[in-house]
Amino acid sequence: MQIYLPIAEVSVNAFVLTGLGGLVGLMSGLFGVGGGFLITPLLFFIGIPPPIAVATGANQVVASSVSGVLAHVKRKTVDFRMGGVLLAGGLVGSWLGVWVFTILQTIGQVDLVVQLCYVVFLGLIGAMMLHESIVALRRSKNPTYRKRLHQHNWVHRWPVKMKFRASGLYISVFPPLMVGVAVGILAAIMGVGGGFIMVPAMIYLLGMPTKVVVGTSLFQITFVTAFTTLMHAVSYNTVDVMLAVLLIVGGVIGAQVGTTLGAKLRAEQLRILLALLVLLVCGKLALDLFLTPDELYSIRTGAN
Amino acid sequence: MRGAWTLALCLSLAAPAAMAQAPGSTVPPAPAGSDFPVYPHPDQRGVSKSDEARVPAEKVVAGLSSDAVAITASFDGSDILIYGAVKRETPIPDGPPLQVIITVEAPAEALTIWRKQRRAGIWINTDRVDIGAAPGFYAVATSGPLDRILLPEWDSRYRISLPLALRAFGGAQSVEDTVPYTEALIRLREQNGLYRLEEGSVKLVDQTLFRADVSLPANLIEGDYKTRIFLLRNGEVVDVYRAPIEVRKVGVERWLYRLAFDQPLLYGLMSLAVAVVAGWGASTAFRKLRRA
Repeated sequence: MQIYLPIAEVSVNAFVLTGLGGLVGLMSGLFGVGGGFLITPLLFFIGIPPPIAVATGANQVVASSVSGVLAHVKRKTVDFRMGGVLLAGGLVGSWLGVWVFTILQTIGQVDLVVQLCYVVFLGLIGAMMLHESIVALRRSKNPTYRKRLHQHNWVHRWPVKMKFRASGLYISVFPPLMVGVAVGILAAIMGVGGGFIMVPAMIYLLGMPTKVVVGTSLFQITFVTAFTTLMHAVSYNTVDVMLAVLLIVGGVIGAQVGTTLGAKLRAEQLRILLALLVLLVCGKLALDLFLTPDELYSIRTGAN
Repeated sequence: MRGAWTLALCLSLAAPAAMAQAPGSTVPPAPAGSDFPVYPHPDQRGVSKSDEARVPAEKVVAGLSSDAVAITASFDGSDILIYGAVKRETPIPDGPPLQVIITVEAPAEALTIWRKQRRAGIWINTDRVDIGAAPGFYAVATSGPLDRILLPEWDSRYRISLPLALRAFGGAQSVEDTVPYTEALIRLREQNGLYRLEEGSVKLVDQTLFRADVSLPANLIEGDYKTRIFLLRNGEVVDVYRAPIEVRKVGVERWLYRLAFDQPLLYGLMSLAVAVVAGWGASTAFRKLRRA
C-alpha cells in the first residue's frame, strides 16, 4: 500500500515503514536505546530527505520511549532523580549541539562529520561492550568469583554529592550532568536519541546497576527527543507527522514486545547482542567511507 | 545578440496584432544565428511579407485528459493522456512527414551536484557544481528519434532535450568542466524516473491525429507543471502549443502541509501528542492484554 507523505513529498510503502518502526521499537524495549541510530540511516535508504528523516526519527523515538518508559515505571526500574539530572544536562547539550551543527552546515561537511562520529563512537562502544559482556559471561559461569557492587573511581571523589536511591549510588552530581551534556550534543549532531552512548556511560562510568539503566535512559531520551522534535518543527518545518504515525504504529508494538522479552533474557546475553548490533552498523558505515562508491556524484536540492 | 533582436523586431512588425491564433498556440520566433534559414523564410516560401506568411500552415489543437493532479494520501503516480490534431487549411505538404514532440515539466528548483574524491583514504564530497534552475521532473515524448527529428538550433531555442532543460549555472563555478556533473544529474534522475526520454511514444495517425500517455511518478512535488507540444517539419519547429497542469495536495495532505508551515509550534505539539498518546495507549493496551 503506497502512501504519499505531505512534508517529505515522496510516496512510500506503508507496510515497509510500519515494519521498520516495529524493528526499531523492539530494540528500544530490549536494550533501552531509542533506535534513532538505526532509524535515521534506514529512512535515508528508502529515500526520505535527510533533514526530514532526522526530525521525524526524533518524533518516532518519543513514542517508543514513552511506551518503554511506562513499562519500566510499572516495574519500578526508573531512577527519576538520576533521569532528571541527565535530562538537565541533555537539554543544554542538545542546544549546544544544534549550534555546532549550524556551524558545520556553513562549512559544508555535515555528512562527513556525522558519519565519522558514528564510526568512531559505535566502534569504541561496541568493542568495549562486547569485551565486558564476554568477561562477565565467563565470570557468571564460575560462581566462586564475587564482583564488588561497583568500582570506586574518580566519579566518586567529586563535590556536590547526591543520593540516587534507586541506583544505590552516592556520587557527585557533575559526572551524570556531564554525561547528559555529552549525549545531548551528540544527539543533536547525529540526529539520534543517544541511548546507545548513554547506556554504556551509565554502566561503566557512573557504575549504575544494569536493571535501572534501561528505564532511566529511556526516561531521559523521551524528553530530549521531544525537545528536539519541537525545535525541528518550529525552525525547519521538517517533521512529517504522517511518516511518524506509520513508524509509531509499528514502534509502540515492537517496544512492548521488546520489554517483555528483555525481562526474560539474561543481561549479559542482551549486552552481547547489543554490542554485535552496534559493531555491525559501525562496520557498514566504515565501509561506505573507505570503499570506492558506486556513484561518485550526488544531488542536493535547495539553494547552496 | 543585437542581430537576433532586430530580426525579431522586423518579424513582429510584419505580423499584425490581430493575427488569428488558437489559444495557447504561438508562432515560433526565429532562431538566432545568421547561417540558419529563418522561418518562414520569404524567399523559400515564395510569398511576400504578407499576413499569410506569418500564420503557420499547420497548427496544433490539443487537449489533456486532466489539467489538474490532486495529491491525496494514497497518491502513487498519475497518467496523463495528451491528445490532439493538426489543423491546416492546405493539403499535407510533401517531403518528410510531420513529427510531434511533447514535453511535461515540473517547476524548476536550484540544486547542487557534489562529486566525491578520496582524501586520506576516506571518500568525501570535494567538488561541486551549482545549478540555478533544473526541473524536478521532465518528460520528453516524441514520435521518432529525437536527434533525427529536431535540429540542434531549434532544440537550443526551445530547450527541448534533457541537457538543455537544465538552465543557468548558479554563479561562478569552482570546477573547469561541468559536463560530467550535468551528465551525472541526468543519469541519477533518469534512474529515479524523474527525467525521461520516450522516443516513439507519441502515436501519430495520418500526420493529423496524435496521442501520448505521460505517466507522472509517485514522488511528485507540488507546483504548476508545463506541457508543451511541438509540431516539427524538417527538424524545424512549426508550431507550439502550451498548456498548464496544476499539481496540488488535497484533503488531509493539504491540511497537514499548511499547518506545518503556518502554525509550526502547534504542528510540533500535535506531533508530540500523537507520539505520547500512541506510546501510552500501547503500554496500557498491552498491560490489559497480559492480565486478561
